[in-house]
Formats: sequence, C-alpha cells, structure tokens
Amino acid sequence: MDKTNIVARTGNEAMAEAMRQINPDVVAAYPITPATEVVQIFAGYVADGLVKTEFVPVESEHSAMSACIGSAAAGGRTMTGTSSQGLALMAEMLYIAAGLRLPIVMADVNRALSSPINIHCDHSDTMMVKESGWIQIFSENCQEAYDNMLQAIRIAEKAKLPVMVTTDGFIISHGMERLEILSDADAKAFVGEYKPEYYLLNFEKPITVGALDLTDYYFEHKRQQIEAIKDSKQIILDVAGEFGAKFGREYGLFEKYKMDGAEIVIVAMGSTAGTAKVVVDGLRSKGVKAGLVKPRIFRPFPKEELAESLKGMKAIAVMDRSDSMNAQEGPLALEIKAALYDAPAGSCRTVLSYIYGLGGREIKLEDIELVYNDLSEASKGKAKPKVSYLGVRE
Amino acid sequence: MANLKDLSKQKALFTGGHRGCAGCGAAIVARQVLMAAGPNTVVANATGCLEVVSTIFPYTAWNIPFVHSAFENAAASISGVEALHKSWVRQGKYDKKVNFIAFGGDGGTYDIGLQSLSGAMERGHNILYVCYNNEAYMNTGVQRSGATPKGADTTTAPVGKIKKGKEQFRKDLTEIMAAHRIPYVAQSVVGNWRDLTSKVEKALAIEGPKFINVFQPCRLGWAYDPEMTCEIGRLSVETCVWPLYEVLNGQYKVTKPKEKKPVVEWIKLQGRFRHLLKPENKPLLDDIQAATDKNWEDLLRKESLTPQVKTPELKPS
Repeated sequence: MDKTNIVARTGNEAMAEAMRQINPDVVAAYPITPATEVVQIFAGYVADGLVKTEFVPVESEHSAMSACIGSAAAGGRTMTGTSSQGLALMAEMLYIAAGLRLPIVMADVNRALSSPINIHCDHSDTMMVKESGWIQIFSENCQEAYDNMLQAIRIAEKAKLPVMVTTDGFIISHGMERLEILSDADAKAFVGEYKPEYYLLNFEKPITVGALDLTDYYFEHKRQQIEAIKDSKQIILDVAGEFGAKFGREYGLFEKYKMDGAEIVIVAMGSTAGTAKVVVDGLRSKGVKAGLVKPRIFRPFPKEELAESLKGMKAIAVMDRSDSMNAQEGPLALEIKAALYDAPAGSCRTVLSYIYGLGGREIKLEDIELVYNDLSEASKGKAKPKVSYLGVRE
Repeated sequence: MANLKDLSKQKALFTGGHRGCAGCGAAIVARQVLMAAGPNTVVANATGCLEVVSTIFPYTAWNIPFVHSAFENAAASISGVEALHKSWVRQGKYDKKVNFIAFGGDGGTYDIGLQSLSGAMERGHNILYVCYNNEAYMNTGVQRSGATPKGADTTTAPVGKIKKGKEQFRKDLTEIMAAHRIPYVAQSVVGNWRDLTSKVEKALAIEGPKFINVFQPCRLGWAYDPEMTCEIGRLSVETCVWPLYEVLNGQYKVTKPKEKKPVVEWIKLQGRFRHLLKPENKPLLDDIQAATDKNWEDLLRKESLTPQVKTPELKPS
C-alpha cells in the first residue's frame, strides 16, 4: 500500500475524488441540490483530461439513468449521481437497471422529497426506492462515502446489481472533514478492470437486452434477481474484507459501537450515528450501558446478523430519518422489528421507534440523550410511546 | 445504393417470425432501415408495438445487438450506448465503426419521449432516430397521440354523437427536429423502399444526430385491409398528407408527387375516417384539405427559401 494523502474534503468532493480514481467509461448525470457538486466536480476532471470518461450531460434524471442503462448494457463501467426528486424521477429506470442486472454505481445524496419542497437531508428519497433492487450503502461521514464508492464498483460488478452509495445531504455532502485518500495506483488496483460477460458492443455475440417477458418466464427471472440480492451480502463482506486487509479500514454489513456489555441500544443510519457515538461515549463514562448499531447496508437487509447483534438488549430504539406514511413508523424500525420477530425466542421485544430530522431538522446531542433516557426507563419497565417524533413542534 | 435484387439477398437483420400483424408497417420500417444500415448496428427501441412483437422471450427478431428499457427514453438509451463507444474508441479499447439507431413509435417520440429525443439531439450524439409514425398509440389499442390527425377516430378521441374524432391537428415533429439545427432531418414512408433506404444510408454517412420520421400505415388502427399498407403509404405522399422531404444542413429538398391528389382519396380507404365521408361532415373534410394544402405550400416555400447548393455525393458507411 502506498502512502495515503490526508486532506480536508466535503462529502461531495470525496465522492467525486473516488469517481476520478475509478475513472469510469461513462458518466451520465443531471444537476440537483445537494448532489450537483459530485458530477460538477467530475465534469471538471473530464474537462481537464484527468479521466477517460465520456460525460453525458443529459436533460433529466430519467434520461441520466436511461443513458446509464444504455452504457452499462453496452459493456461500460458506468456511474451517476443524484438526490431526492431526481431519484424519484429515475425510479422507473432504477427498477429496470436492477432487473437487467446492470452494475451501475450511483452517488445518492439524501434529501427530503417534496411536498413541501425542501433541499435538506432526510432519507425519504432513498427509502422510496428501497424495493427497486439496488444495493443501498449508507455512509456516516466523508471517509465512508469515499471508501464505499470504491467498494461499490467491485460489489456491483461481482453481484451484477446496481449500487447506490448515500451520504446525508449538506451534513456530509457539504461538511468538510479529514479524508484519507488512497494513491491513484492503489485505488486503480483495487477497483480493477471491468470485463462484462455479455454486452451490446460485442458483435461476435449479439444480444437482445430488455425482451418482453410474459407469464412463462418473468417469475423465473425475478426469482434469479431475488437470489442475486441475497447473494450480494457475502460479496459485500468479501469486498469489505479485502478493502480492510489492504487499507486498514474495516467495514461490514453494519457497525457495532460499544456494544460489549450494552443493555440499551440505538439503531441509526448515516451521519446521526456519528452524533450518537458522542452521546454513547458520554453515557459510558457515567456507567450507563449504552451502545449503538449503525446499519451500513440497508439493501440487502442484514436481518439475521442485526437480530444477533441485538440479542440480550433490554431496550432498543430505532431512529428513522423518514416515515413510511403507513400510520405506523419508519422503514428501518419495521425491518428491525421483523428481524427480531424471526430471531430466537427471548430476543428483545422492547423496541421504541423515533422519527427524526425530516427536511433537515437538526438532530442534537440532547435529542439523542433523550432517546437513551427513554431507553433506560423502558428497560426498567416504564411504559413509553411506541412511536415518537423527535424535535418537532406539536 | 443497393438495388432491390441485392437487398433481397441480404441476410435478414430483422427476421420474419415476429408477432406483427399481417400487413404491419412497423416491421417493414425495421427491416428496410436495417437493410440500409447493415450488420454493424446497435438498435435501441422504445416500448411499443415494434418491441413487443419482436422480442417475446426467449425469441428475438433482431440479429444485431438490441436494447429496450422503457417507453420514453429510446433516444437517451442509444445516447448511452454511443457514449460508451466514443469512450472506448478514445481509450483505444475498440475500433469498430458502429451505427447507432433508435426506433420509437409516434407515442414514444412525439409525446412521452419528446424531451429525451430533444436532449439527445441537442447533445449532438452520433445517432439516427427513426420514428415509425402510425399516428396513434397502436400498442395499447389505438389511443390518440400528438401525431394523430384531425378527424381521426381513436379510442380516446372517439367519434360519438357529438364529437367527430380528434379535434386538433397533429404537431409537426419533423419541423421541431429541423429547428434543432441537426445535420439531417427527413420524412419517408412505408411503401417507398428506395426513398427510405437511401435516406437511411445518407443519414448514416453523416456524423452527428439524425432524425427520420417514417409515415407508417397501421392496418389495425387505420382500419384497412392488410394488403393495402404500402399503397396507402404511397397515397399519403401523393395527396401531400405526408410529403417526402429532407433537410440536409438546413437545406430543404422536397420530393414532389407527379400529380397532387385530393386528400379524400387517401381518407376514403381508412376506417378511422369513415365518418368524414358523411355529407354533414363535409366542412371538416374541407378543413383537412385546406390544412394539407397550406402545409404543402409552406414546405415548398421553405425549399425555395433555402439555397440549393449541390452537396457532394455521400458514401454510405
């Protein structure tokens, strides 16, 4: 491993930097706040000849994903970036990219969905497409965003599935942090060459991509796709293992923070996990047995592994930065509860659900302290609301 | 330019055995376009009749690389394929010369795919977009589109006790494309193979974005006997309902019929216009004739206004 370069970068800059090192064949993208910078910076690399990429500045996100599908089907390493309404406009094509098993990688900067229109962070955009068949990787900070992008290329091409790497809009995308950048040579060696099996530009073996699949074949093809997303879990772990061995930063399906001996735990994704770690440290110094579980991979959902990590807890709080609009709770809470339901008998049944941070509403240390406080009381048998809305005026 | 005998001996790149209706004009468009384009061609196809009849898994009628992903994005899809080719050629990974062709029906081109088409044309990709224009959403059962002519009976602008079919004139997409100032825009027709294949050859010899709007009679939606497809196509040109012309680098060139026939000659062969032949609908028929005349005169004026510079003969790729 070469010497790493330690710099100060925003999340968007970190993702663009990863894209420069990946040097994809094609990038097709459309601007949207707060993801614009990722491809804007990248367009600068193209203009300066720092990458060999053909940049396609399309007229909409729908066309961005359509052009990515064309490029990936033709055999190219293909990337894009978007956010919020852009992701929503892409939704039709996201399902198609996954169904066609195309290894496209996207920088997805989490931002609230309209309406009301808002440009700040929540996870409603990414959650809207959680059933699209894309692998979804959440990042806590700039470093993870950078590392996840490099790993995503390998995961996508091995799993033959598209991958979106998310950061939290403005909080990570525009927040400047310390970033360790691999040498170009190390990054290039890690991502390797992409050798597609079947591709449009291979005239020796012409293929029809996107055929009409009726009652006699559709189900079998979807069944294979279901298997592929299941199988991707091991691929994600293998790629993370190789990354950790080479570069010393460890990744898994999720991160356990101070879970040894923990009795009360918060499950939270993205930048909020970083805030929660500070609170956990404080509580631990006071003797409170607090811990944190931070899912990194939301799709595929690491159900058994998460349930196992939550074994023996006295109370669990799941923090969702979006609501499911199902008159119940957020998507992460529902998945965690489903995981616990299927877990061996005796697993924790005290699960509190918190909706927080919609439209970029700040989540403060005190908010998270409040959650741990609730957990302490719940663990002693005191009744608590099943679903709470944190930091909202009611 | 190949002759008919040569073309008939070519290996079919769009094969028979597809599920098109008897007399399907869209299949003729695909077959003849590929005859002119040759085997080094990638096709992107919008959702629609052509895609549905030609790719029912596990079969395909395409002997060349083919991609379909959705309805409104054939132009964006082919621009992605073309972008990759450009990237690979620049990187020295690939050296084959390839034609990039998108096919879309009028629904996928005039309406839902217009934005994607306009974007791809403006970006200047080296692509040929072929609209097989049958003047309605035929795949879903003959609904009106932006290409449907005034007075036509469709299932979403039907002839009823009060209404007389579509109330609006169709939009002029060929002129919208010409307004993009791309190097080559043309109208062609099913029923004139020489016109279509020579325009495709000409288009593919030009670097940059090209657009050909092919008028395609549809025996199902237009309601006529299947053997009439090519004849109705030719009649649409002879009546000036669908003039054959091209705009090469801004220069108009119109292929004029020997004798301009009345529009009713074309209308009376089609069930979708049956109601127009009733005496009480004579004003509507007159309206359609007047609009056709005006469009034709406008086109001739455009031709007369653009300098007729002789361009060197283009060699097909």
